[in-house]
Amino acid sequence: MASTIKDYSFRTFFDYLGKRTIKGINNLGTIVIFFTLAFLKIFRPKQIRELIQQVYFIGAKSANIVMLVGIFTGMVLGLQLFYTLTKFGSEGVLGSVVALTLIRELGPVLTAIMITARAGSAMSAEIGILRISEQIDALYTMRIDPVRYLISPRIAAAIISFPLLTAFFDLMGILGGYLTGVVLLGVDKGAYFYRIHTYVDIVDIRGGFIKSIIFAVLVVTTCCYQGYFTHLRTDSYGSKSVSISTTSAVVISCVMILVSDYVVTSFLM
Amino acid sequence: MRHDSSLGLRCYFLSHVEAYVETPLIEFRDVTKRFDEKIVLDKANLAIYENQITTIIGKSGSGKSVLLKHIIGLLSPDEGSILFRGKPVREMKKIEWNGYRSRISYMFQNNALFDSMSVFENIAMPLRQTTNLGKKEIERKVMSRSEQMELADALLKYPSELSGGMQKRVALARALVTDPTIVLFDEPTTGQDPIRKNLILSMIAHYRKQFGFTAILISHDIPDVFFISDRILLLWEGKIAFHGTYDELTRLKHPMIDEFLQSLAGLRDELTGLLSKEMFTARYALTLSGGRVDTKISAVLFSVHSEHLADALGHQAALKVLKALGEYVNKYLGPLGGFSARHNRDRILTILPHIGIEEARQVVHDLAQGLQLKALPEIQALTGGKIGAVTCFEISVTAGITEGSSADDIERIMEKAEANQNIIARYQCGKESAQ
Repeated sequence: MASTIKDYSFRTFFDYLGKRTIKGINNLGTIVIFFTLAFLKIFRPKQIRELIQQVYFIGAKSANIVMLVGIFTGMVLGLQLFYTLTKFGSEGVLGSVVALTLIRELGPVLTAIMITARAGSAMSAEIGILRISEQIDALYTMRIDPVRYLISPRIAAAIISFPLLTAFFDLMGILGGYLTGVVLLGVDKGAYFYRIHTYVDIVDIRGGFIKSIIFAVLVVTTCCYQGYFTHLRTDSYGSKSVSISTTSAVVISCVMILVSDYVVTSFLM
Repeated sequence: MRHDSSLGLRCYFLSHVEAYVETPLIEFRDVTKRFDEKIVLDKANLAIYENQITTIIGKSGSGKSVLLKHIIGLLSPDEGSILFRGKPVREMKKIEWNGYRSRISYMFQNNALFDSMSVFENIAMPLRQTTNLGKKEIERKVMSRSEQMELADALLKYPSELSGGMQKRVALARALVTDPTIVLFDEPTTGQDPIRKNLILSMIAHYRKQFGFTAILISHDIPDVFFISDRILLLWEGKIAFHGTYDELTRLKHPMIDEFLQSLAGLRDELTGLLSKEMFTARYALTLSGGRVDTKISAVLFSVHSEHLADALGHQAALKVLKALGEYVNKYLGPLGGFSARHNRDRILTILPHIGIEEARQVVHDLAQGLQLKALPEIQALTGGKIGAVTCFEISVTAGITEGSSADDIERIMEKAEANQNIIARYQCGKESAQ
């Protein structure tokens, strides 16, 4: 009797695991197709107007928050690294350590997370509302491809904006490190910039940009996908489904950023 | 009395197969659609003919919107096929499919306007995205449609700033701006007041004539919608249980139709406040059977005619005339025991039991005076004092008086009254003319 119960619970567990795995693979396949279709449609006519609007929304409107986070991240880095490096008598390399940390790692990751919070959530909510209020169906009835009109410009705009905002973040971070390291803690100004110039290679910058482009694709695809298929959710309906889709979009995007950061870093090393 | 419903329907369908020999514009053959376990369309067969207004009626949740969404391709059938001019849409090549889609417009039940865009941008959207028209040409087309829909003052507003009726008109303008040949209307009058309901239906009928499209409508606004419909389809339990004209619908003896018509019996015509056609018919039968064999009745058929009225003052003006006529008919003929109903969009039939023809003539004369001196001049207020400045218009109300007997059915009485029709009131470009 006891073994039957054990067998049953094992079976239930594997049933559940199998179902989740199949569902996960299905979703992954759908997302890949969704992205491929949207990416290919970037190059269709009549995209410029929407593209400019999205670059403005994702890029220009995120600049302030990216600047703020960039400066304070650089300041904290400058502060923490100064005390650590002082222990080894190496505070002269502060500039290069701050710059490399930002360019290789923190810049792309934090910029992506910031854009996810600001633009990704808005994107998911907007598309979700368009879906539940039949505006996406209305586009279809007017022979306007919803993927081409709604998703492709967002993907293109993210691919353009993420690297630019990452560069902006890096710059602000280095400036923040300068403020704490040089202005507050007395590191030599010339040494700070000389070390940056000496130790930061183009490979580091390229790696940071590669990451930012990968994050752009992951974030915008996840956020748009969650909004676009909000009506297919089985756990909620209507406005509730939009709110859950938006939450899911942000959570999944952040997790994807961190997981893919590790994977990409290991390939780039 | 019990009757074989399937036999009745079969005979009815056969008679229609003979009547319509032309190839349908759109045809459903055994179309089945399921959502999980629920069967919404169950081997549905229907035909839509060109240049007609076809109205789909049925209970809420019976699958009317699903049916409409199949036509435009938002949904595809699980079984069966949909044909366009005899060709299955599923077998169409991409270019044919695009051609088919370019002919169709869809007006959503909730309008589905783009809420982050202005009215102008909403109407211009399909032109901007699907045509290669220049900016000026798009602007010209949008302005033209907006003026026709009386939206010229609202072009810079957002949908949330508009009333429900105006939103409907924006949706209608957007649906018509691409000059489609087939327009699908999903409950275009839901949530509108009686004037607005009739206004939208009048606009649909008017633009159908003007632009020559085929209209497919879903509507619960009975009987108003029947006045503009060429054909009616009844969707019942996933199948098309009836197709034909409104008169044929009322004549068909079938439990489903009886149930449907019984639900209409207690209704009044919201626009005019007169009886519904069903209630009128029942009361007429009661008048004849309840009285003596030689029951004397008089009947008056009123009609409203207008020339260029919609162009000069908008569609609302014609409805106001009809509403005023309904009120005057009630006011003058009601106290004499008369009962009335609209028999199509612009005609009202009144039965006056136990009233002689001379007495009826006198009452109609009094009514005409009131109409001429009070109601029609009020139309002038709609013009804002600009009568004749842009377009000259004319409104005339005619009345035909006749005597009837217990042997006459309603159609016969209408024929007799129509033959006697004379103009009783007229209003032309600011001039009144008593007859």
